[in-house]
Amino acid sequence: MSETRHPPVWQHRTTGKRLLMWFGWLCLVALCVLCWQIMTKDTIWAFVSDAPRQAADLGSRMIPPRWSYLERLWLPLWDTLNIATLGTLLGILFAIPVAFLAASNTTPSRVLVRPIALFIIVASRSINSLIWALLLVSIIGPGLLAGIIAIGLRSIGFVAKLLYEAIEETDILQVEAVTATGASPAQVLNYGIVPQILPAFYGISVFRWDINIRESTILGLVGAGGIGMQLQASLNTLAWPQVTMIFIVILATVVVSEWVSAKVRHIII
Amino acid sequence: MLDVSNISKIYAAGDKALDNVSFSVPAGQVVGLIGPSGAGKSTLIRCVNRLVEPTSGSISLAGKTITGLSSGELRSVRRRIGMIFQEYALVERLTVMENVLSGRLGYVSFWRSFTRRYPAADVQQAFALLDRVGLIDHASKRADALSGGQRQRVGIARALEQNPELLLIDEPTASLDPKTSRQIMRLLIEICRERQLPAIINIHDVVLAKQFTERLIGLKAGRIVFDGAPTELSETVLTTIYGEEDWKTLDSDMEAA
Amino acid sequence: MISNSNKSVVASADTSSLSQTTALNDSSTRYSTYPTSWRRPAVFFPNRWLRWGLWLLAAIWFYLAISTIDVNWVRVAEGIERGWRFIKGFLTPDFTSRWNDISTGLVESLTMTLTSTVAGVVLSVPVGIGAARNVAPTAIYYACRFIITVSRSLQEIIIAILFVAMFGFGPFAGFLTLSFATIGFLAKLLAEDIEDIDESQTEAVRATGASWLQLINYAVQPQVMPRLIGLSLYRLDINFRESAVIGIVGAGGIGATLNTAIDRYEFDSAGAILLIIIFIVMIAEYTSGFVRKWVQ
Repeated sequence: MSETRHPPVWQHRTTGKRLLMWFGWLCLVALCVLCWQIMTKDTIWAFVSDAPRQAADLGSRMIPPRWSYLERLWLPLWDTLNIATLGTLLGILFAIPVAFLAASNTTPSRVLVRPIALFIIVASRSINSLIWALLLVSIIGPGLLAGIIAIGLRSIGFVAKLLYEAIEETDILQVEAVTATGASPAQVLNYGIVPQILPAFYGISVFRWDINIRESTILGLVGAGGIGMQLQASLNTLAWPQVTMIFIVILATVVVSEWVSAKVRHIII
Repeated sequence: MLDVSNISKIYAAGDKALDNVSFSVPAGQVVGLIGPSGAGKSTLIRCVNRLVEPTSGSISLAGKTITGLSSGELRSVRRRIGMIFQEYALVERLTVMENVLSGRLGYVSFWRSFTRRYPAADVQQAFALLDRVGLIDHASKRADALSGGQRQRVGIARALEQNPELLLIDEPTASLDPKTSRQIMRLLIEICRERQLPAIINIHDVVLAKQFTERLIGLKAGRIVFDGAPTELSETVLTTIYGEEDWKTLDSDMEAA
Repeated sequence: MISNSNKSVVASADTSSLSQTTALNDSSTRYSTYPTSWRRPAVFFPNRWLRWGLWLLAAIWFYLAISTIDVNWVRVAEGIERGWRFIKGFLTPDFTSRWNDISTGLVESLTMTLTSTVAGVVLSVPVGIGAARNVAPTAIYYACRFIITVSRSLQEIIIAILFVAMFGFGPFAGFLTLSFATIGFLAKLLAEDIEDIDESQTEAVRATGASWLQLINYAVQPQVMPRLIGLSLYRLDINFRESAVIGIVGAGGIGATLNTAIDRYEFDSAGAILLIIIFIVMIAEYTSGFVRKWVQ
């Protein structure tokens, strides 16, 4: 990249390395072009070129927002906050044991238990809460409960991953000292490890709560309760001024929750 | 009191940390363990309370063999052995009092320790020990709010809270300044005398070792190369333990201290 | 000097051991003057009433929140059987019967992921530089910050809804969505990185009379390049995960296939899709960790 501009006598990479690097970049570009062609092979370009007009049309229909719709949004908003908070609590409840089973210094068995715990973490982290919600709505029916469980399932992996990393970073000497007093394994956990990870734990929980608020606003799109249900209904009836109003409420909620979480984390840590 | 016979330790990587080490400590004796870094001092005292599992050999405390115990029996042996650490090893985010009370963990149920409701006698003893080490006013402070010397005093109180029959002390002064080091060593020796406690002090400062202990064991590459009174620690012996060096300056070091 | 200090040690040890041994003889009374209980001081709210009040509020909230969950138990009971079928489907995934749909969705997702990450990275570089206070003029700084804020506070799903409405269904809308989200994510971190760079190096280059472009090239780029590559790989991983979601609102990719499978209660095909997603995310995480180590 920048090497071409250096004077020819001085090079900070050998010729072979430079060639290899150029070749790498070339491959990336070729791969990109290939992907682009595969991806756009079914794209109807007339729609794309029409997009500015569509956007202007959409804009004119979305503005102004229907302010009167706001009063029908308070209850769904309350539901959304509850989904996020209860879901976070549920996730934390399960994440704590999973984290201790996954951390290499607290797991009862590195060969048997740890891989299972790590798989739970990866599975939970790879699948977005909206997909969990989609599944749960199909299994237990639409409503708040599906949303809460979806948020909970997604939170397990996130919280457990950060928590087990914190557990693995604890000071071994402090744990050793508690062990040396003749403490039982449960007591070693309580006195040696928990005090060390507690600040990280609070921070992670609040951080996840903040993310969950964000995610729970759209769970209603697949029927899992909250303000997203209103969004889905408005989209289906093409009531764009209401959609705008919902976007505004979601945006405000997200901004406020981000502020709250930053404040709380600042106080705790 | 403590009998160590033919202890060897080979780590998983193949390093031989201890090679056939045997010695015994009678009641009330304070033994200094000296030797260069990596000689196996730390491994040796960790073998005694089995924080490190010896590869072979046996250890007995007051006539009872403590190698090859079940984990439950091991805990009841550990609570009889107090340990004091180099970097204090206090649980930093707990209060001073919780750290001292953690010396009773081997005696109380999980529930009591979890709710921090220790028996009255344990709490009284903890206060008395904090008073003894001069920190009774700091009981409710967090451990990381204390200075190095203060933290080591809390470490001592925690070990004594176990009502131990033996003290294992790992480099008690390595993280302290010279003045605090001497204060801590003095306190440790006083306490051992008061309670007729046998102790093994793992210490690399030969000057401090000579001055404060009544018996020295020299360790080199996992073997005992010296075992005798501090007065017998001649220049030739020091050369055997640590290698060639101008040991004459050691005495002038002692003068200066 | 030495003999003095030695004597004082012995002396003090002697006196205290005397006093202590007498006390030791009578163990029942030896600590009787000390308190018998100790309470740990509260960490967060030292005021007891405030603490209990907050607990009470939390309890009331919890009760209200739980009571608003309107559970249709008949439906849930029916669902348990379906839940079992899902778990069975997850354990015995069916890759074959919907393989055509799955492979189409997967190819869309993967191509969408790569192109949108590359486009997002390329676009986030100028935006990121523009949003760094120490190298950008004020007007550009605010414009770039605005782009970042908009991109970050709107979720992928919401952006996808708007883009699908403008550009029609299909992966092109998904590509735009993910590129836009990538800009916000990367440009913000890049801007923070640039703001954190070592000032002395920038000054040294500036002192040679370098132009603005040369400044970026010589002083800024070498310092932020490794992290930019690391973050891009991380974003690649995120974009793949998101590509599985935005299909639900019609923006193409494996999410659409998954949505269909779940709608038809084909839990064995859904299980297969979920396993593929998990597998690809695992591979992506592993390789990106490897590449990041190699870059630094």
